[in-house]
Amino acid sequence: MDLQYFRLIDRILDLNMVEKTITVEAQVPAQNTIFEGHFPGYPIMPGVLLIESMAQTSGWLLVALLNFERMPFLAAVKEAKMRGFVTPGELLTIEASLVHEGSGYAITEAKVKVAGKLRSNATLTFSHIPFPNPDLRGHMDAVAKRIGFPQQALQP
Amino acid sequence: MSSTFDQVATIIAETCDIPRDTITPDSHAIDDLGIDSLDFLDIAFAIDKAFGIKLPLEKWTQEVNDGKATTEQYFVLKNLCARIDELVAAKGAGA
Repeated sequence: MDLQYFRLIDRILDLNMVEKTITVEAQVPAQNTIFEGHFPGYPIMPGVLLIESMAQTSGWLLVALLNFERMPFLAAVKEAKMRGFVTPGELLTIEASLVHEGSGYAITEAKVKVAGKLRSNATLTFSHIPFPNPDLRGHMDAVAKRIGFPQQALQP
Repeated sequence: MSSTFDQVATIIAETCDIPRDTITPDSHAIDDLGIDSLDFLDIAFAIDKAFGIKLPLEKWTQEVNDGKATTEQYFVLKNLCARIDELVAAKGAGA
């Protein structure tokens, strides 16, 4: 994770285009200025960043299902639950699955786990549009390479 | 038609917390009921699930933006229900 740049996903572990699921890994940094404020003497990962990590995980699933032709944007967060603290240095496994694919929007369910135990979950709604400009598409290509996005999953 | 309207009105009432008795076939989802695009995604999701269809929201929005259709054609509830009935019929014919 690079919290300052909102790069919350480190690596795609599994992408299943048939089941429409994804699993990723994210290493919470042991030290970060965020933990100095949240909270002094009792550092925990802010819930909003756990939600963002689930959104980014879901986003990569949608990018894949949309054949890397459209960009999803988080539109709504529902039933988000912080079930347990996430602390500095923990390794997160984040899973997302497609609940519904509508016209121009999609809904996912996502979970954050640490050592197999659920720490957070949410139902997320995304709107998606064709990539609005080459810069964003190029950025997403670079991130895809960094996190090991399986290009072979895409349709030619 | 009435069955479709009843289902859609119930979905809108429950999704957007709008009193059911204020929702009529002539209600415009946007202009009369004040439903915005984000809330309409929730309604579309519920309609997609309830009727087993995929409302072509992107196509409709594009047609409105291009001046090829009016919002009334798709977002006045009696017209929306007619579109839903068409999609359900098309799905049945294709099955």
